[in-house]
Parts: sequence; structure tokens; C-alpha cells
Amino acid sequence: MGKGVAITGMGIISAIGNNVAENYQALINANKGISRVEKIKTNHANDIMVGEIAYTNANMEAQLKLPKSHNYSRTALLGAIAAKEAVKNAAIKDISQYKTGLVSATSVGGMDMTETYFYDYLNNPEAQKYIDAHHAGDSTQKIAQQLNIEQSLVTTISTACSSAANAIMLGARLIKAGKLDRVIVGGADCLSKFTINGFKTLMILSDTYNTPFDEHRKGLNLGEAAAFLVLESDKVVEAENKTVLAYVKGYGNANDAFHQTASSDHGDGATLAMQQALTVAGYAPGDIDYINAHGTATGNNDLSEGRAIIRVFGDQVPDFSSTKAYTGHTLAAAGAIEAVYSVLALQNNVIYPNLNFNTQMKEFNITPQRTLKEKALKTVLSNSLGFGGNCSTVIFSKDQ
Amino acid sequence: MKNVYINSVGSISAQKTFDNAAFLNDITKYHDNVIPAVNPVYKDYISPAAARRMAKGIKMGIVSSKIALNEANLDNVDAIITGTGMGCVRDSEKFVRAIIDNDEQYLTPTPFIQSTHNTVGGQIALELNCKGYNFTYVHSSISFESALMDALLQLQLDEAKNILIGGVDEHGDHTTEIHKIINHIKPEQVGPYNLLNSKTEGAVFGEGANFFVLSNEKSNSSYAKITSVQTYNTLQENALKQQAIAFLKEHDLSTDDIDLLILGNNGDVNFDVFYNTLSEAFSKTPQAYYKHLSGEFNTASSFGFWLASKIIKTQTLPEVVKLNGVQASSYKTVLLYNQYRGENHSFTLLSQC
Repeated sequence: MGKGVAITGMGIISAIGNNVAENYQALINANKGISRVEKIKTNHANDIMVGEIAYTNANMEAQLKLPKSHNYSRTALLGAIAAKEAVKNAAIKDISQYKTGLVSATSVGGMDMTETYFYDYLNNPEAQKYIDAHHAGDSTQKIAQQLNIEQSLVTTISTACSSAANAIMLGARLIKAGKLDRVIVGGADCLSKFTINGFKTLMILSDTYNTPFDEHRKGLNLGEAAAFLVLESDKVVEAENKTVLAYVKGYGNANDAFHQTASSDHGDGATLAMQQALTVAGYAPGDIDYINAHGTATGNNDLSEGRAIIRVFGDQVPDFSSTKAYTGHTLAAAGAIEAVYSVLALQNNVIYPNLNFNTQMKEFNITPQRTLKEKALKTVLSNSLGFGGNCSTVIFSKDQ
Repeated sequence: MKNVYINSVGSISAQKTFDNAAFLNDITKYHDNVIPAVNPVYKDYISPAAARRMAKGIKMGIVSSKIALNEANLDNVDAIITGTGMGCVRDSEKFVRAIIDNDEQYLTPTPFIQSTHNTVGGQIALELNCKGYNFTYVHSSISFESALMDALLQLQLDEAKNILIGGVDEHGDHTTEIHKIINHIKPEQVGPYNLLNSKTEGAVFGEGANFFVLSNEKSNSSYAKITSVQTYNTLQENALKQQAIAFLKEHDLSTDDIDLLILGNNGDVNFDVFYNTLSEAFSKTPQAYYKHLSGEFNTASSFGFWLASKIIKTQTLPEVVKLNGVQASSYKTVLLYNQYRGENHSFTLLSQC
């Protein structure tokens, strides 16, 4: 393996804060970002709760100094803000000094504009600029432009709720293989009527605050977010004398091959993903200090993931918690925001509480961490599991 | 680093390409500017009950995958990597329409589930019961090349032995209609052989699925060796020639070493200039094009990859794809170049094995 993959910058925007510092404060103060939906007009407004970001599109357009003629979807706006924070945090002055790529993730893409202007596109010339902003790669192209990444590897991954974890994994592999010196990795997804109604038809939306790993959990809250990390090679870190926040130590990707939307009863895919990540990292299960679980608070996910954790860690399950109670499930961005939370956990030696947990699940006896816990952490394992059976695990560590 | 080979192909396109024994000897000529994929007999590959529920993109993806796996004589692979620009776009449209028309009531989950971009990759994994690595790339005209790049990385480093990759996209009525309005689809009927002389904006839209088994072990069925693929989010037209030369130089090649240049021209008067520039830079090299046969779509370059594979294996260049009159005695080293609307450029380099 040899080569290290250093994280040298992070940026995030979510329902619990517009930047890394705000997100961290909310995490340690147990401040949830879950509320009734405000910015989307939906009939389900009183039946669901969401993790909505405070900024309006106009706020973000102003912050990015976009011209009036722009055609940024909300996904692109969120992504651009988080990616710029990450690059600034990594103290990158000239992005073209090293071979730099961008790997982003999204599932919603420009659907917010498509569902707003679907029929208008046929006869409203002013709306038509958003037709081109629909496809998933569009937000990534715009983020690359915002970061001045040119003539380079810029691509987008969409594997539902595991998308951003896969973007981190690909970025790490590109650096290890020596293809790129630096890769900005992450994901962005905005809330939309499309996803609200989609998850509603699947009957997995909670009508109240989501309660991961609780016996009486009622489903997930959708959220919106974007987060990006700057990954750099040993070469860049040494040459620039970079401060390293943490390392991407291991990763695993497997398919559950069970059902298009549901996870297998015993979490075959999640088990394989965690085992592979441990192998790549060269770790034994006992080396993991904290698991940031996918923990969406659906009946199916938490049971399947919990069983997979037990399969991998046996009776030595490390402290674990899900942060979905803070942010909601941010779909393709989830793996990236939880990567930022994992790195913050390592930096500050804290484990976040699994909010809203009251009753032990009866199928197993593992219990999430319920209060903020200070503990020396060397390693964090983060899971992202999705539709299409896509399961991914990333391991972050303090040590190269 | 290990060599990587294309060990099999499976193609469903606007041409009758699903039969691997044939090679463009029966051309379907279209005059519409939105051309459909020629359907194989899906029930030969998928149970009719399952097929009824599946989006066309899923059916095309599964069947072209099965054709490729059969030819490679494999029951399973180590990884499945899919590229798609829009996923199952008909289901996306259907779900948005239902939300608006029925005011968020009486919705059913199937179109939502199928609209997820990784549906095709997930369904192929389900069909094969493949628990291995599974990625879906969704980046416009480099969706397929991203999948190819990922597979190449794994196979060269010997992290996998056999990987199924492919590109798939389907037509959607609403998507077609709005792309006509913004002139991404040509206004006038051009017919297949006047595409490049059309002098108008837009392209002829197509659909299809092209899947391949890539391996780091050569087999009797091998088509070609993959040397490299490179993608660029932006590229200036005046820097294109230099970039091509630099790409070839990384593999100790010059323009003279290329036996065939395959270009993704789609007849759009605003953007074919990129292809024309490269065409001039390789004026002594035989050249081919294919979007008059496949139509343009986000993963149309996977049809170009199929074409290159067939040419190298059969050592024949069908008359219908020739772009210039330059002859070659053999097709050993083939360079592909593609872009869409001036963005997301790619070079792919293949050679005889």
C-alpha cells in the first residue's frame, strides 16, 4: 500500500450549520437541524420533518457573486459553497500548481429546477436555461469552474445514499495510484419534492424527529447538504508542509445484491464493505475506536446495519452513533458530511451522541452512544448504504 | 502494471448490433432526429414477468451485459461499473409528471425507484447475484469513460480480474421535447448520410447500451488491449492538438503511430469544430465516425468503443463509418476522441492484442 492519502481541508453546509465550525458546535451541543419544511411547497408539510438549510438560493447566489443569468440548481449552489470552504481550509493558493481533480456525488442533481419548471420549459424562455442544469454532472462542472479546475479529471458518482463515500474512495484510489496529486471529493444534494414524494411512496419517512437505532423508530427525515474534502498525496503534503487533518486509511465497496431498495436481513453488503475497508487499512476490528453509522432510522436499515456491525465486530462492538438525527438523511451527500464529522471527531477526540434514542432494539443488544463522550480516538469507521444494494465504508485515521 | 483487455462486447443500439456474429452489415437508415434502439428479444434473456416492470434502460443494460458475459464465457464478474448520463429518464419524467398532475397524491414507488441513477447497475448486480464492487458514473459525455478509467485502475493494479463496464441511456418524451426547444436536437431532418453537412445546431438523439467484459487476462475472445483513457472537464479548441500529442507521448506514441482515429462528430455546427480541428491534425490517418448510426446520447461514446473493438478484432473498417479516404493496411492502434457541446472531452487508446 505505502502511499498515504491525507485530508488537508474540509468544507460543509448542512441543516446544522453553514460551515465546519458551526457544524461542530451543533454536534457537541446536541443541536438538531430538523424542522418542518419551509422552502418547498408540499402537501406533506405537516406530515414530515426535514433537515433544511437556512440559506435561500438568493443568499447563496450573492455569496458566490453569480450573475443574474446563471443556471445553478440548489445542489450546485450548496456544492460550490462547501467546496470553496474546503479549498480555502486547505490553504490552496494556485489550484493548478498540482494535478488536481474533482469527484463529486449527487442523486438529486438539478431536479429542484426540473420539478419547478417541468411544463414551463415548453413555453417560458426564461426558465429554459435550467434544462441544461438537470443532469447530475452539471453541478460538478459548475463546482469545478468555481474552483478553477481546468483540463482535468472531473466526474460524478451517483450510487444513491452511498454516493459521496464512493467519491472519497475513488479520490483516495486515484492518489494512491499516482494518477492525481490532489482530489477534491464530496457530494451535494438539495431537498426536492421529487425525493420527498419518492420516499413518501416507500413509506419510510418519519412524521416526527428521526430516532436511529431505536426500537420504535418510524423512518427517516430527509435532509439537504453538501460537503467536500481535499485529499492530497504525500508529495504535496511534504512539498507544501501541509497540516494534515486526518488520513483516508481504508475503504470498501460491495453490493448487497438482495433488493432494489431494501437491505438484506443480515446486511451482507454492509458486512463485506466493512471487512474490505479493514483489510485495505490493514486493521483488525479491534483497531476501530468509533463507528459513525449510516443509521437512517428506517426499520430496515438500522436492523440490517446493526447486524452487519455485529458480524464484523462480534462482542467487541466499538462506540457507535448515527448523526442522522441532527441533519436528516442527506442522500448522496451523507457520506461526505459524515466524513467531515468523522475527521472532527478524530481532531477533537469526541464521540457524538445518537440523539433521540430511547428504547433498546429487541433484535440485538448493541446500544448507540447516547451522550457526548470524550475519548482518545485514533480511528473512525463510517458507513454509507444505499438503494441498488450499494454499500460503502470509509475508515479515517490520525496515523498515516 | 498488468495489461487490460476487452474480452467481450454486448451492444444494443439504433443498429442491429446485439448479434456479435454480425458487424454493421445491415444498416438501418433513419430520417427522424430522435432514433430508437433496435430491441433484441428481451424475453430470451429476462423472464417476461420481470421485464414488464423494467424500464427500457434496465432491459437494455441487463441484456447487453448478458450478451457480453456469454461471449466471455463467464457467469459472474468481480465488479460492475456503469456509466449513464440520465439514468432511467422515462421514470424520472413519469414521477415528476405524477407529482404535478396529481398534486402529490396517488403516487406509486416504482418510477421513483427506477429513476435512481444506479438502478441499472443495481439490477445487473441482482440478476448476476454479484456482491462485488458496484459504481455508477453520471457525468454527461464522460460517464462511460469514467467507468472505463475506474476499471482500468483496478485491473492494472490487479485488484480484480474481470470487470463488467458499460454505458446506457434511454429516450424520454419530455426530455426530447424540451431539448428540441433549446436546439440541442436538430430542427430539420438530415438523414444519416448528411449529418456532418447539416450546418445547423443540435444533434440527432439516440439511445442504447454497450457493455464489455474487461480483464487482465487475455482470452480467445479478446478484442483489443486498452492502453489508456483520459478525461478533461474543459479543453480549449486551440489546445486540443497539443493535448492529443501530449496524451500519445505519455504512451511513447506520436500521431504517425495511429492507424485509425474515431471521432464523435454529431453534426452540431457549433461544436463539431473540435472534431474538425483534430481531424486536420491527423490528416494522414484513416478516420471514422459513428453518431450517424447510433445517434448522440451521454454514453454514445460506448458505441464508439464497441466500434473500435470490432474493427480491431475483425481488422475491417466498414464503409459506412469512413470519414476520410485514407487507407490503412491494418488497424493496430486506434485513438478515440469525444466531447459533447464543448465540454467533457475524452481520449481513449486501444491496440491490437
